[in-house]
Amino acid sequence: MSQIKVVVVGNGMVGHHYVSTLAASDIDAQITVIGGEPRPAYDRVHLSEVFDGKEPSDLGLVTREEYVALGVDAHFGDFVDKIDRSAMQVITRGGQVFDYDKLVLATGSYPFVPPIPGNDLPHCLAYRTIDDLGEIKASAQGQKVGVVVGGGLLGLECANALKNLGLEAHVVEFAPGLMGVQLDDGGSQMLRRQIEALDVKVHTSKATQKIREGDEHRLKMEFADGSELETDLIVFSAGIRPYDELARQADLKVGERGGIVIDYQCKTSDENIFAIGECAVQGNFIYGLVAPGYRMAEAAVSQLSSEPQSFTGADMSTKLKLLGVEVGSIGDSKGQADGSLAFVFSDERDAVYKRLNVSADGRRVLGATLVGDTSDYDTLLQYYLNEIDLPDAPENLVLPALDGQAPTLGADALPLSATICSCHNVSKGDLVTAIDGGCTSLADVKGCTQAATGCGGCAALLKNVVDAELAARGMEVDTRLCEHFKQSRQELFIIIQATQIRDFKTLVNKYGCGQGCDVCKPAVASIFASLWNEHVLDADLVPLQDTNDTFMANMQKDGTYSVVPRVPGGEILPEQLIVLGSVAKKYGLYSKITGGQRVDLFGAKLNDLPNIWQELIDAGMETGHAYAKSLRTVKSCVGSTWCRYGVQDSAGQAIDLENRYKGLRSPHKLKMAVSGCTRECAEAQSKDVGVIATENGWNLYVCGNGGMKPRHADLFAVDLDTPTLIRTIDRFLMFYVRTADRLQRTSVWLENLEGGLDYLKAVILEDSLGIADELEQQMQHVVDTYQCEWRTAINDQEKLKRFRQFINSNSSDPNVAFVQERGQPRPATSAEKRRQQLKAVV
Amino acid sequence: MTILCKRSDLIANSGVCALHNNEQVAIFYLPDTEQKVFAVSNWDPIGEANVISRGIVGSVEDRLVVASPLYKQHFCLITGECLEQSAQLTVYPVALDGEHLVLAA
Ligand code: SRM
Ligand SMILES: Cc1cc2nc3c(=O)[nH]c(=O)nc-3n(C[C@H](O)[C@H](O)[C@H](O)COP(=O)(O)OP(=O)(O)OC[C@H]3O[C@@H](n4cnc5c(N)ncnc54)[C@H](O)[C@@H]3O)c2cc1C
Ligand code: SF4
Ligand code: FES
Repeated sequence: MSQIKVVVVGNGMVGHHYVSTLAASDIDAQITVIGGEPRPAYDRVHLSEVFDGKEPSDLGLVTREEYVALGVDAHFGDFVDKIDRSAMQVITRGGQVFDYDKLVLATGSYPFVPPIPGNDLPHCLAYRTIDDLGEIKASAQGQKVGVVVGGGLLGLECANALKNLGLEAHVVEFAPGLMGVQLDDGGSQMLRRQIEALDVKVHTSKATQKIREGDEHRLKMEFADGSELETDLIVFSAGIRPYDELARQADLKVGERGGIVIDYQCKTSDENIFAIGECAVQGNFIYGLVAPGYRMAEAAVSQLSSEPQSFTGADMSTKLKLLGVEVGSIGDSKGQADGSLAFVFSDERDAVYKRLNVSADGRRVLGATLVGDTSDYDTLLQYYLNEIDLPDAPENLVLPALDGQAPTLGADALPLSATICSCHNVSKGDLVTAIDGGCTSLADVKGCTQAATGCGGCAALLKNVVDAELAARGMEVDTRLCEHFKQSRQELFIIIQATQIRDFKTLVNKYGCGQGCDVCKPAVASIFASLWNEHVLDADLVPLQDTNDTFMANMQKDGTYSVVPRVPGGEILPEQLIVLGSVAKKYGLYSKITGGQRVDLFGAKLNDLPNIWQELIDAGMETGHAYAKSLRTVKSCVGSTWCRYGVQDSAGQAIDLENRYKGLRSPHKLKMAVSGCTRECAEAQSKDVGVIATENGWNLYVCGNGGMKPRHADLFAVDLDTPTLIRTIDRFLMFYVRTADRLQRTSVWLENLEGGLDYLKAVILEDSLGIADELEQQMQHVVDTYQCEWRTAINDQEKLKRFRQFINSNSSDPNVAFVQERGQPRPATSAEKRRQQLKAVV
Repeated sequence: MTILCKRSDLIANSGVCALHNNEQVAIFYLPDTEQKVFAVSNWDPIGEANVISRGIVGSVEDRLVVASPLYKQHFCLITGECLEQSAQLTVYPVALDGEHLVLAA
């Protein structure tokens, strides 16, 4: 068959999924895609995260270059205006014409704006695209109040966005309850309580009659009951309407309430035209979620292959977090089916509501509503989707368990057909196939099946299934530290903390074997230091240290060392700069400003180190721990002291943080930064701990990384006052120190942490494990026992013993030789050394 | 027989460096082993610097080793051979004689 011309209209999430699925298949197609938005497809589902600190560019699902590489002819920012079915052509607003053999409509939907007079005033906005985001942000600039019209899922998400923009947020809902589509009355009320507790004003049963100019704020809303509300902006989120104009114009069949009618093959009334995603209606139903849209896209692609598949509907169960409140809805969540029996649990103190609907015979789950606690969601969903027989007392599935352990459905009990990841349509059978095909770890399985790489909601269940399958095959995930310890670093940490062991010999004799090595010794030394904080050069500890810790300096390629004194926050006295200069001159050191806002002096000979440090300490400086897995620098900007935009004293805060955490030994190095305003000159979002000043305090970011694999930090908490900021960082750092693997930066640690950011927030901010006090105390111990390691060392002859090149001679290493370059010394190359030696002989 | 240094110059479970006829000798003192003292050349043939005495000592499958502080290859303290690639350290016969460390050659 010759190449078939496929034209896709719309480059939203579903349109893109169609294009990538088709391009990856072995169907010989020439693909053209025309997208109305000015940019390639992006992740609309996570749009709100842009208000949480993400960049719009982080949401991209594909780039123009990637389309080019796939051979896809892509056009953005142009709308298809007309379909000419007889000529089999589409014509765009910009006048472009494209021929098709098969046409795919993936035009999605648009926000419905109720026909209220005044709905077209400035600052009446919608929320669907990245461009909408920009308008909302611009409109909110410097304002106080924002209203969302619509109390559904998107409306509440939008209210959260307004809150994040610093506005007083209101939700105005026409119906008597929030999220009426998914929740029953009880659930809806519980959600309302929780949301009001978060300072979002909720107005239900309110019909807006008119919008006009306000007196104190920009706009005034008038309601049918006579009441009024003033606001600076309004965002409409009152439902969606499918983009079906094009289909109407081309005389394709559309649904009674809109939407392009499709059959099980996703074909419209014209057999060469498909419709998929939110613009399509099947059996009177529009699927307003992304996973069903993806299934439609796959089914539509398969029609061009020799194995056509059908799309016959999809499960609409959802689990999400709205304004921090967990909400879940499964199947017939309100129990509307005939004979449905309900079990309801309601706890007003902890604001938890659960409703389980089962069939009349008590054997099957028909649906469920969960508000405030969705920990049972995975289990209930599996009962529902796989029609698993319920236990005799189904109520136990939603009641709090007396022994504190919720009953979970073992991974073993799931049939192979059970869907584990609905975003990527991965079943338990697919996982088993991947493992049988050679995957030996969770990461392998993720890479091979894509499971848990969409919304991430299935991560916990995925891990359960993979662990169970690996265990069943006798494959243990290897977490042993090295050949001497079968424990992981985290297990060793717990052992050392519990047994109070302070020396390696006792530890390896009791819990390990052999003599230890260059892997376990430094790891154990680091744990000892985090817990007991004794001097690195104590007799028992020194054999465990890496050479850098042993000599409290970084070894260079020629065996010399570098010297890096601490310069907290990058702030340095002129006198100290002068001392740095004179020390560098006196000892012949190469000087460089580092990327961490301080000065590094390179090329120090081992036997010069104590004298160099003596001079620096006399000038009031101290060790910078550039050699240690510990806090490096806290980068700062000048902040409100000098900068015209600064809102807080970022330099002062950086100095305080650096002084608090200096010397803390950790699994890997730690970097921090504090910026004085959102312009972010200190690059805090690339650090393990980043702090950005706000009008009201400090926003805290965690787990950023530069280096080999850069990662943007995640926003962790907002508007903290200084004591809360410190307390939160104390807990965060100590929890990392306790639980990370050896040489695992915070970024990688978080990415491997089960439960991810939400779990971390629960542990640190809500103290879900009840260990917050202990973490704070541990950190206080480290802070209280801080010593400048170099100061202690230069006052202790025993510790200085090793700082001699030779124990039986005062000469220095003849192999260390320098040449001058740009006015400073650098290590001589071996050829240069040979020449120097030759000259000396001659 | 040459006296290289005193026992008190050594660092338990770690290394120091001594000069012998212009050769740099890395000396490791492992008081819990039978042989107690070990000596190999200080020149790291892979990293090309005089640093072996500053490595961490330990064991790899029952062989006593020192790890180069530069690029972490392991060298056997008894034979001087490198476990990861073809490279060799010179081994020096040393022993403790009362409070002194002596070199047999
Ligand atoms: C001196 C400096 C480069 C410079 O001339 O500016 C430097 C030098 C070294 N870096 Fe760096 N890094 C320096 C800033 C950085 C930065 C920038 C920053 O901190 O703002 C980064 C990226 C940010 C980050 O870490 O997230 C950086 C990412 C690395 C990495 C990769 C870490 C990663 O997670 O991917 C390594 C390798 C490692 O640690 O395993 C590394 C390792 C090293 C080592 C220690 C390599 C080594 O073992 O010899 C270098 C020796 C320093 C010495 O002898 O004193 N250096 N290094 C900077 C010292 C900053 C300071 O004042 O302490
Ligand atoms: C804030 C928000 C949060 C959401 N959260 C979730 C969630 O948690 N879970 C979930 O499953 N779903 C969620 N959704 C819904 C989900 O985003 C949609 O189901 C999904 O994006 C639908 O994809 P689509 O490709 O059909 O439509 P769209 O993503 O809307 O894409 C359609 C594209 O076609 C373009 N277009 C329209 N007409 C034309 C034309 N004539 N010519 C050219 N281009 C045209 C449009 O400009 C648009 O770019 C959310 C939506 C929003 C707005
Ligand atoms: S980038 Fe590489 S070479 Fe440069 S300082 Fe960092 S680690 Fe050394
Ligand atoms: S269900 Fe969304 S990633 Fe698996």
